[in-house]
Amino acid sequence: MTALLSVTGLRKSYGSVEVLKGIDFEVKAGEKIALIGPSGSGKSTCLRCMNFLEKPSAGDIRLDGERVGVRPGGRGDSERIMSDRQLAPQRAQMGMVFQLFHLWPHLSVLENVAIAARKVRRLSAVEARDLAMEMLAKVHMSHRASASPLELSGGQQQRVAIARALSQKPKLMLFDEPTSALDPELVHEVLKVIEELAAEGRTMLLVTHEIAFARDVADRVMFLDGGVIVEEGLARDVITTPREPRTQAFLKQIRH
Amino acid sequence: MINFFQPYAEYGGEWLPVLLDAMLKTTLLSISAFALAVVFGLLLWFCQASSAPSLRHFASLYVTVVRGVPLLAVLFLLYFGLPGIGVTFDAFTAAMLGLALCFAAQVAEVFRAGMMAIPKGQREAALAVGFTPGQCFAFIILPQVVRVVLSPMIVTFVSLLKDSSLASLITVDELVLTGRAMATEYFLPLQIYIAVGLCYFLVAWPFSLLSRRLAVR
Amino acid sequence: MNSLDPFLIILQGLLRGAGITAVVTFSALALGLALGFALSLFRQFSPSKLLHGLIDVYVEFFRNIPALSHLFILYFGLASLGFRLSSMGAAILGLGLIGAAVTCDIFRSGFKSLSPGQTEAALATGFTPLQTIFTILTPQAMRIALPSLGNFAVQLLKDTSVVSAIAAPEIMFYARSMVTSSFQTTLIYATAAGLYLVMSLPLMQAVRMLEIRYGRVK
Ligand SMILES: Nc1ncnc2c1ncn2[C@@H]1O[C@H](COP(=O)(O)OP(=O)(O)OP(=O)(O)O)[C@@H](O)[C@H]1O
Ligand SMILES: [Mg+2]
Repeated sequence: MTALLSVTGLRKSYGSVEVLKGIDFEVKAGEKIALIGPSGSGKSTCLRCMNFLEKPSAGDIRLDGERVGVRPGGRGDSERIMSDRQLAPQRAQMGMVFQLFHLWPHLSVLENVAIAARKVRRLSAVEARDLAMEMLAKVHMSHRASASPLELSGGQQQRVAIARALSQKPKLMLFDEPTSALDPELVHEVLKVIEELAAEGRTMLLVTHEIAFARDVADRVMFLDGGVIVEEGLARDVITTPREPRTQAFLKQIRH
Repeated sequence: MINFFQPYAEYGGEWLPVLLDAMLKTTLLSISAFALAVVFGLLLWFCQASSAPSLRHFASLYVTVVRGVPLLAVLFLLYFGLPGIGVTFDAFTAAMLGLALCFAAQVAEVFRAGMMAIPKGQREAALAVGFTPGQCFAFIILPQVVRVVLSPMIVTFVSLLKDSSLASLITVDELVLTGRAMATEYFLPLQIYIAVGLCYFLVAWPFSLLSRRLAVR
Repeated sequence: MNSLDPFLIILQGLLRGAGITAVVTFSALALGLALGFALSLFRQFSPSKLLHGLIDVYVEFFRNIPALSHLFILYFGLASLGFRLSSMGAAILGLGLIGAAVTCDIFRSGFKSLSPGQTEAALATGFTPLQTIFTILTPQAMRIALPSLGNFAVQLLKDTSVVSAIAAPEIMFYARSMVTSSFQTTLIYATAAGLYLVMSLPLMQAVRMLEIRYGRVK
């Protein structure tokens, strides 16, 4: 079986600082992969390169075999990075959940979830609404459909943001530390929703500091440090019996 | 194009001293009106913040009236209108007074907003270390307010400078009126009014740049 | 009853100009809002540095020169080139062009106050840049801009008094022309001031409501 997402030779520099120094990995359909690593190691950058919110400096990202973000060059032409406009259909195939939710405050909860279906996938108003209600039910937020995002707790906002991403019917879900901006007592409700999605067999790439969650829910774990993947393997192995000293040090530190 | 610029070459030498003189008058009027506006504005601000309801009501009525009435109406009332009931000002004084009365409301608003930008905790912390309310205001609050207020005050000054052009309509021989006289004399309204506009720009723009530099945050 | 007579006559005279004041205000407001919004979009979202520069020059030019000066250039200046604008035309065009510079800044600060996350979330969902600007960013920027736009409208209403200087027949124009045929100068100008106040009050009230609604006043 070929990979749903395959990343090869991914590099990213900000000015003279190289944050990602050649990253390779694959995600198969239905797989859940957790990306862990110390703060500033480039996890968010790596994740944001998947849908080109960050433009990679080099490398090749393919979703379902299709090159993401780059148009093949014509005769003698070098390949060209796509504009945001050209990227839109590819981005629509990946749902992204941000650390700070980024719900749209001028829209109701329901509209936040329905609007992409309306404007991007061009469903009718009724279809979009039904879809949005269905997604809200998945994240246990149906009862607040008509609320404003500003009236919700952080955990509720994040669940709505997950529903918004789900409404895209994405092939792949990208999570960037979805619980690290939440009060401790709200973390659980969001992790529970993500766990339910995992159980549905969705493909997920998840940046997280919740090590126990990564161990229990992810199939594989990648440990990123210094811009490279230092260690990767089955979740249980990497987290309970890491091979690399840097992984060991990181896990030891994070457990305190 | 040659035609357009030619008068500048021909009469530039005659116009420049006249315009500079008028610019000086405009600047003088603006600065004195602004100084007076700051005094009035601070008084108004104290009225707004006062614990006496009558002062607060006066302040709020004053602000409403000034916000709703054009400067030009105020100037005409002061200069052409008041002599009807026996009160006479010379044109410059009327202009200065009118500008100051109108801009006092803006000054007060700038200070009020500046005050609101200072977190409550600042006052509480100052009182907690034993300052009297007066000391707290003088040593802790006011210095911070001044910093926040600087940029919007300069913006206010630029507005006032521009509005000082209305003084030309009550016969103050500042830039615009000087321009009008020149336009009739030389019959070159386009070139002259553009020159007048540039004179304002030369004074106003540096202040606008400065206000942006000083903007807090 | 008799003592009220001169006041009523004056008021009647001034009211002839109120319609023109309203027309100039609304026309200049419409022009200023439309052009200012367009400028703010290009200034904020176009990648062209040249366009940014041109818009900045436009804004600085109109914001650092008095309205009266612009009106004289448009009305007397252009006429000397053979472009003869009516006094109403020059008034609306002048105040509208100045207004565009003002509202451009207002809209821009609305856009600038939005977090980049709003854009990123929209792009990540598959919106095109134009969809992002119009469905996600503009509605939010508008809300933030509304109170300032309201204040701008109040200021504009008052600023229309200036166009009497180029003989547009609005309130101040009639006030000045009545003064020449009457000695009741105090009453005439006080009535004119009062008339503007009465016209501004509903606008000012609307601004207050916007400010309360959108949280500037607690
Ligand atoms: N736009 C940018 N310009 C310059 N440097 C950047 C930019 N974005 C990120 N960086 C740098 O790149 C490095 C990696 O950042 P990134 O946000 O990917 O780390 P992270 O692993 O997600 O960390 P965290 O756990 O704190 O979220 C950091 O050193 C950061 O300072
Ligand atoms: Mg991060």
